[in-house]
Amino acid sequence: MNWKSISAPFDKAAIAALNAGDRVKLSGAVYTARDAAHKRLFEALQNGTELPVSLKGQGIYYVGACFKDGSPISAGPTTAMRMDKYAPSLYDNGVAASIGKGDRAREVYDAIVRNGGIYFAAIGGAGAIYADCIKSARLVSYPELGTEAIYEFEVKDFPLIVAIDCKGNAIYHK
Amino acid sequence: MKTLTYKQIADCVRKLTKACAEVTPSCAAAMREARSKETNENACFALDMLLENAEVARKRGLPVCQDTGMAVVFAELGQDVHIEGGLLTDAIDEGVRRGYGENGFRASVLDPINRVNTGDNTPAVTHISIVDGDSLKLTFLPKGFGSENMSKLYMLTPSAGLEGVKRCVVEAVEAAGSNPCPPMVVGVGIGGTAEKAMLVAKEQLLREIGERSRDAELARMEEELTSRINALGIGAQGFGGNTTALAVHIGKYPTHISALPVAVNIQCNAVRLASAIL
Repeated sequence: MNWKSISAPFDKAAIAALNAGDRVKLSGAVYTARDAAHKRLFEALQNGTELPVSLKGQGIYYVGACFKDGSPISAGPTTAMRMDKYAPSLYDNGVAASIGKGDRAREVYDAIVRNGGIYFAAIGGAGAIYADCIKSARLVSYPELGTEAIYEFEVKDFPLIVAIDCKGNAIYHK
Repeated sequence: MKTLTYKQIADCVRKLTKACAEVTPSCAAAMREARSKETNENACFALDMLLENAEVARKRGLPVCQDTGMAVVFAELGQDVHIEGGLLTDAIDEGVRRGYGENGFRASVLDPINRVNTGDNTPAVTHISIVDGDSLKLTFLPKGFGSENMSKLYMLTPSAGLEGVKRCVVEAVEAAGSNPCPPMVVGVGIGGTAEKAMLVAKEQLLREIGERSRDAELARMEEELTSRINALGIGAQGFGGNTTALAVHIGKYPTHISALPVAVNIQCNAVRLASAIL
């Protein structure tokens, strides 16, 4: 199967051209956030307080990397399901894509379709390969959360598969 | 009588933590076999990535997975061993602290109430058993929580029978779906009390993949459950496919006349495990 290339931040037309099952190499900048950062972003959206980053058109990578000397040395995806409570609100507020592993709740499918978004699966357990595709990592917010802080990862040819496309089609076995 | 020092034990655990950078040989073999039997294109993609990743990690000493786990340590302590210089559990934590810190393995452990990270991946979860002899065997299992979160405990009652037990195991795997990073190893503990059943299930994850139980009845159940689980079609990463479970490992312990506890503890596709004897 051929690889398609896509860049982040995301263009809605480029997302619309992708279908579930497409293999994609992603290049550009994504933000990392997992459980603790999601809770904070979600609360900020609910309270109407300022977000630490603009979410418009962005991709959120569900990861808590291993770092050595400031660089990620293993950085595969974490289970997306744990972010399902927060994800619809994030998509509704401009997030274009999320990257994680595992199937999503119905509410997330609905939010993806409603917003023309997308969900990419990274391969859970392939942390070393993914770290190799991260060219730089910059701490953006919530440093006190350690590995759960928000980082900006500049990635190059990050190997993904379209798990839920903007039409709500998915690759998961049901 | 043999004397072991706090430092010897801490140093040993520190070295064992390097297991985070390598999947076990039996895991690698089982993954290669799964790939050879796979027909689902997306599952093949996932398995190819995982096989390549294991090679990259091993050659360069990188963590196979960023979830370097909560450190679960089994200490089999010979009753003729004397430990000096500090507590066994403190020495194990010291080894975890240093090993994780030096290698850049992730600090994933926090207080469950205030969610403040301890910063050094301690404490470990240490299970101590007293055995014959004058040596200490330490086994390190860095346990990722994508799979750990999918654990299930069923307090069945006797009328459920063995078919009831099997149904629970299949149900737990089906409910876990794509979350525990399949293909997985399914650890099952039957009997005991609630906590004993789960410990027996966890101990099954220490076995070589594919090594059948020495108990003939349990070995038959392992084979049957592997088939039933693979018939679910969840496949690698939940993408569909032929292999959902690399193996099912079952252990048992006597239980109460009123009870039939069944615990399911799942290990993801990256089996990392090491042991040493002092």
